[in-house]
Amino acid sequence: MGPSFAHSLDTLCKWLEQTSLSQAIQVNNWVVPTVQTVHILAIAVVASSALMIDLRLIGVLGTEQPLKVISARFSPFLWCALLVLMATGAIMIVGEPPRSLKNPAFQLKMSLLLLALAVTGILELLARSKMPFRMSPSGQRTATIAIAAVSLLLWSLIIFAGRWIAYYA
Amino acid sequence: MELDRSLDWLQNTAIARTIAENEILFPWIESVHVLAIVLVIGTISIVDLRLLGVASLDRAAKHLLHELLPYTWGAFVVAAVTGTLMFSSDAVHYAQNFYFRGKLVLLALAGINMAVFHLVGVGDIDRWGATRTTPAAAKAAATVSLLTWIAVVAFGRGIGFTMH
Repeated sequence: MGPSFAHSLDTLCKWLEQTSLSQAIQVNNWVVPTVQTVHILAIAVVASSALMIDLRLIGVLGTEQPLKVISARFSPFLWCALLVLMATGAIMIVGEPPRSLKNPAFQLKMSLLLLALAVTGILELLARSKMPFRMSPSGQRTATIAIAAVSLLLWSLIIFAGRWIAYYA
Repeated sequence: MELDRSLDWLQNTAIARTIAENEILFPWIESVHVLAIVLVIGTISIVDLRLLGVASLDRAAKHLLHELLPYTWGAFVVAAVTGTLMFSSDAVHYAQNFYFRGKLVLLALAGINMAVFHLVGVGDIDRWGATRTTPAAAKAAATVSLLTWIAVVAFGRGIGFTMH
């Protein structure tokens, strides 16, 4: 991370901290715990939705139902919950800018999140049989299982990184 | 008090002291605890939404329950073990914590609710579970379930804010 990036981050944090929204969040100390609770509940929706879809992709759960059906059932919940996570996350960032933005655990979490979003998007394409590239059926099978496993791993690591934010604060 | 002596003994066991004194062990145990909790609540809410007649209506209720139960139980066991490990590291203080006590009460309520449903409310789930309508008892159990588990998360956060 270059010095100018660190400087910009510093400026951003200082600016955010003095906004009236940030002040309001800091003063009303019920806000952060409440927002964190909502954040965790939304994580539960994302994690279990991803679990259902990924286990179906791996071929362990719900195999008597078409993949398309499982994906169509859980994807809306997953994406809606992600919106809630971003909203609650934004509130927490505005409320305590340095605790998140300057935090290595938070930065790791965001990087992993970008990966997870990309993987989730790819998996949805796979579920709708819109393969982005040509592949043999067995190759497709292996790739599907691998990407589903990566998906589960990424969401788990994101949850771990989220908890570690508190320890790097 | 007998309980205080037991708690004191617990937090002085080798495992408890290792967790209390090791800087990275507690955060790792806690992280696994969070992952386990979100899976418990997430899988339970999938069933609850089915019982409320809100989602997965094309799925037979009994089938959904049986499919998800192993995952819910597996995650719960992990949550209970990690929770116990964390508790043991500072047993006396946790036992005195309002939010910790509240969380245990709520867990008991959630458990009782589940037990009552499985014994009584499940009724002829083979019949109604295949339709899109659910009986009032199932809806009630699902509502209580969702509310108690939401409260469990809230109280769990409360522990974090009020301990040490």
